[in-house]
Amino acid sequence: MELHAQKRGPRLTVRLSGELDHHSAEQTRIMLDTLLRDVTVSELLLDLSGMSFMDSAGLGVILGRFRKLSMRGGRLIVKGVNPSVDRIFQMSGLYAIVERQ
Amino acid sequence: MHNEMEVRFLSLSQNEGFARAAAAAFAAQMNPGIEELSDIRTAVSEAVTNAIIHGYDQNPDRVVTMQMEIDDDDLVVIVRDDGCGIGDVALARKPFFTSKPELERSGMGFSVMEAFMDSLDVQSGLGKGTTVTMRKRIRHANR
Ligand SMILES: Nc1ncnc2c1ncn2[C@@H]1O[C@H](COP(=O)(O)OP(=O)(O)OP(=O)(O)O)[C@@H](O)[C@H]1O
Ligand SMILES: [Mg+2]
Repeated sequence: MELHAQKRGPRLTVRLSGELDHHSAEQTRIMLDTLLRDVTVSELLLDLSGMSFMDSAGLGVILGRFRKLSMRGGRLIVKGVNPSVDRIFQMSGLYAIVERQ
Repeated sequence: MHNEMEVRFLSLSQNEGFARAAAAAFAAQMNPGIEELSDIRTAVSEAVTNAIIHGYDQNPDRVVTMQMEIDDDDLVVIVRDDGCGIGDVALARKPFFTSKPELERSGMGFSVMEAFMDSLDVQSGLGKGTTVTMRKRIRHANR
């Protein structure tokens, strides 16, 4: 999994490329949490358009980061969601808490 | 057309990607649509990941077996482990149920397998391992 991060004001945009499964989840989680150590970040925009695969392990990573951000009053937004990932997000009710751009 | 395959691999997380690729390569001879192929990859990933994380508790030297069978437009995928097994299968299959919330699991694996395949059967018992059987009729949509 590759991450490209860009910060503009309180918004951190992270583009994920590669496959997000249980195998890559741990490393992805650590990289995202390292970026979120910057306390001035209150909005995390995850660009998933370069992600070639995601299963429920990826959902866990996104939910975990949402919890972190919401504890400090921040929010999480997703974009570039492909149909298969969209179905997983719909099923899990993710859109009730995470915005889609 | 009838065809069968079986692969065995160690319970290493890098084999999750291997299992997805092997399943997709085998299913490709059915001429599935892009979405159907993606559904198969996702469902296989869920079943194999469960065997590794839950069945074998991330113990890396156990064996996961994946069997596939093609009968014309019908695909069967069977993922098996000889791990700890599931005490209450009905509970385990409920959306959002997870026995490992501390690992940031969402408890959606079985629900994803159910949604992405036509049927899901789970045979398991404590100490008896788990066999997950999934079926899908290939309709060749959006090829
Ligand atoms: N092969 C298996 N061996 C033992 N227990 C299993 C196995 N597969 C699933 N389970 C049990 O069923 C529960 C639900 O599985 P499911 O895949 O739906 O969710 P999860 O793996 O906990 O989370 P997620 O898949 O969203 O990361 C698991 O938490 C585990 O207790
Ligand atoms: Mg699972």
